[in-house]
Amino acid sequence: MKDYEVIIGLEVHAELSTKTKIYCNCSTSFGADPNTHCCPICTGMPGTLPVLNEKVVEYAIKAGLATNCEISRFSKQDRKNYFYPDLPKAYQISQYDLPLCIGGHVDINVDGNKKTIGITRIHIEEDAGKLIHDAYTGDTLVDMNRCAVPLIEIVSEPDIRNADEAVAYMQTLKSILEYLEVCDCKMQEGSLRCDVNLSVRPVGQKEFGTRTETKNLNSFRAIHNLIEFETKRQIEVLENGGVIHQETIRWDDAKGVGYAMRSKEDAQDYRYFPEPDLAPIVLSDEYINDIKNSLPEMPHIKKERYVSEFNLPEYDAEILTASKHTADYFEKATAACNNPKAVANWIMGDFTKMLNEKEIEINESKVTEENLASLICLIDKGTISSKIAKQIFEEMFETGEKAEDIVNKKGLVQISDEGAIKEIVKKVVEANPQSVADYKAGKDRAIGFLVGQIMKETKGKANPQIVNKLLLEIINN
Amino acid sequence: MDLYSLTLTDIAKKIKNKEVTIKEVLDSVYSRIDEVEPKVDAYITLTRDMAYQRAEELQQRLDNGEDIGVLGGVPIAIKDNICTNSVKTTCASRMLENFTPIYNATVVKRLEDAGAIMVGKTNMDEFAMGSSTETSYIKKTKNPWNLARVPGGSSGGSAAAVSADMAYAALGSDTGGSIRQPASYCSVVGLKPTYGLISRFGLIAFASSLDQIGPFTKTVEDAALMLNVIAGYDKMDTTSANVEKVDYVSGLSNNLNGKVVGIPTDFITDGINKDVKLAYDKAIETVKNAGAKVQEIKLEYAKYSLATYYIIATAEASSNLGRYDGIRYGYRAKDFSDLDELYVKSRTEGFGEEVKRRIMLGTYVLSSGYYDAYYKRAQQVRTLIVENFKKAFEACDVIMIPTAPNTSFKFGAHNASPLEMYLEDIYTVPVNIAGLPGISVPGGFDNNGMPIGIQFIAKAFDEKTLLQAAYAFEQNTDYHTERPKIEEGK
Repeated sequence: MKDYEVIIGLEVHAELSTKTKIYCNCSTSFGADPNTHCCPICTGMPGTLPVLNEKVVEYAIKAGLATNCEISRFSKQDRKNYFYPDLPKAYQISQYDLPLCIGGHVDINVDGNKKTIGITRIHIEEDAGKLIHDAYTGDTLVDMNRCAVPLIEIVSEPDIRNADEAVAYMQTLKSILEYLEVCDCKMQEGSLRCDVNLSVRPVGQKEFGTRTETKNLNSFRAIHNLIEFETKRQIEVLENGGVIHQETIRWDDAKGVGYAMRSKEDAQDYRYFPEPDLAPIVLSDEYINDIKNSLPEMPHIKKERYVSEFNLPEYDAEILTASKHTADYFEKATAACNNPKAVANWIMGDFTKMLNEKEIEINESKVTEENLASLICLIDKGTISSKIAKQIFEEMFETGEKAEDIVNKKGLVQISDEGAIKEIVKKVVEANPQSVADYKAGKDRAIGFLVGQIMKETKGKANPQIVNKLLLEIINN
Repeated sequence: MDLYSLTLTDIAKKIKNKEVTIKEVLDSVYSRIDEVEPKVDAYITLTRDMAYQRAEELQQRLDNGEDIGVLGGVPIAIKDNICTNSVKTTCASRMLENFTPIYNATVVKRLEDAGAIMVGKTNMDEFAMGSSTETSYIKKTKNPWNLARVPGGSSGGSAAAVSADMAYAALGSDTGGSIRQPASYCSVVGLKPTYGLISRFGLIAFASSLDQIGPFTKTVEDAALMLNVIAGYDKMDTTSANVEKVDYVSGLSNNLNGKVVGIPTDFITDGINKDVKLAYDKAIETVKNAGAKVQEIKLEYAKYSLATYYIIATAEASSNLGRYDGIRYGYRAKDFSDLDELYVKSRTEGFGEEVKRRIMLGTYVLSSGYYDAYYKRAQQVRTLIVENFKKAFEACDVIMIPTAPNTSFKFGAHNASPLEMYLEDIYTVPVNIAGLPGISVPGGFDNNGMPIGIQFIAKAFDEKTLLQAAYAFEQNTDYHTERPKIEEGK
């Protein structure tokens, strides 16, 4: 078998989190009853005209600046014509040959290796509605709430070579968009999704192979699995002497299988032409500079600051800054307890594991930043042991209760009173002469057993350092 | 004298001065409609009940001493491609035969705010595509000057309604001459304002970069009054221009002293009817006698306007009319087995021949591989035409040309050749291509007694000069005082 090189380009669609739609005043919020967030304009009633929401331009420029794009001083909107029941005007207003942002790049990190992925362009466009198939009646219904929700499409250069790079690129974009607060990036709701263009070619071949396109992937896992699947499929076809057709793949994420749809869709001619109902978008340097100056601290800058300001290892800083939600959480909790390393450890440890199990983001967790901070303070003051703290945290995670309340309610305050602990140590030493003898005979492991017995007696509340100290004193006397 | 035969300006004054009640005015107009509409067929929908209800409200407010607006109580007709809340707006198409908008076009709102009363919605060529109103799916409107002939188009219903005294004014829309040409055929005043002066919000689009709403009236002064009401920036239409408000009525005078009228001799060629040419030559004498200096100008690119127009207008139309797919509103075919068939059958059955011809033309010129040769090139020529006019206006204040090369023709005269019909727009289309204001005023009659229109064209947003020239011409002629007999002639 020959060695193959995989060529991947992503077209990422991000729904912008403006309050209103791109050409009318309807709400963009997700999850409303069907056809309640629409009006004559976004349903394309005869005679209506679009009016561009300026926030959309501002958000798209933010995305362009944060990905090192050139911002066009003159751009225009175009009509992309095709028929589909979820597209009420029978054209989508998009941008064709003069997009808002061109020629940028982002740096990604795969297993510690840095790579730069080129960005061809970012343009603004409107989303389509949704078709709902009623399996019972066999009817197809149209929900137009999503019609004309603003999108940006971020088109990458074909610089991506494998699934890990694609996922890292997507994660980087997600992080940037979150930092900019221009997209809520809820992939499961479809507000961040991507189309994968993929082709393979024997190593050394100059020309690209024929590519396939898979649309609307809305999880990192789906992107990863589709790429692995499609790469293997294309190589197999070529190895068996077949040819790759330029076609659309439908990816079944549950089954982990892609199906080629040899449809007419690929032959579709969208008949793009300039949208005559909208004037060109002409931007001044001043306007763009104002936006540039309003950009928030971006992840790579923040990461450097975490290392210098909080003395965190680079590894921690990288993880904490990958998501804006995490970074915001970290900073707020740190401000409240003044122990950055402890906050970092909590976030990167059990907390993340629990969030992943529940499939929620840190900002959706019941544990507030203040509550995590006060839990850490309780440990730092010696009020509770770190072992107890883990139990408490689990409860905080489930119920959202404050650490202090749980400690008080369950009587989990750490026993640091030497007098009280000494009594228990003595009792345990007297009850276990064999272990004491073993220790004296050089079996260090016996000490662990004795500590365990003491902790058992105190229900884990004894301060472990004091237990260790007193135990050794008593045995050695 | 019957109330219905008065001008817009006069009837508005009479109502305001309480010489007549609004109900008396409505009674007069509707009895006129009852009398002549069966012969003319200008209206698709009459809104009698709504009109009387509104008349009562307005009268009450007037009697309470309130200002009910400059058009207070005046009956006005609206072309049926302008959306009217809860009143059917059909575009004279089977596709929208039962379509009722849930909102008002901006111009309708402005007329309402000025106190106007809608009497009905007027007939037109289907989706405003045509020059005779014959492509209407609903009915055929006859020319009040000779019921055997067409009223022109596409706003033929509006022109005929005003011409036959069935409304004091009417709104039309003009994409390539659809106001001016029927105004010319029916001997009324028809104004197409500068692109961007009037909001298009609520005008069902034919060709978005060319469409413009404008008034039909009996006199130039009435046109100025209508323009005062409907002109102005609208935030719902970002192609409407944010220009300073102008009073178009004040300062109209009956001389053209110091004005230069441009005559594009290179554009008036052999295709023109000899009676129209005679009327045009007479018009040149008229403006001279009114004090204007006549200046020969060149419009060498104007002859490419028609070709340019049939690419740009059809391209935009093919996209604008995509939404009529039988899914959400409008005509849906009865039998279909899948989505494609639903689309194809609904559009095949719902649209008429002319509309389908233009959708196909437009689809073709935008197709990949043809875009550069047609659409892009047409836009380039469009720029040349715009520059051509700019240059011409360095030498003159207004341009005067005939509105149409011929007078009204008999029904079916151009059935065999759509291209012949397209040529009727040769003098009106360049004005849309360049986005300029143009007005047609009554300018004589041919040897069959059919009206001839004289067209004035001005610089963009210079409606003031345009109306001044038209007014002076009107005041120095008496064609506008002639009324149609509303009977069948030769």
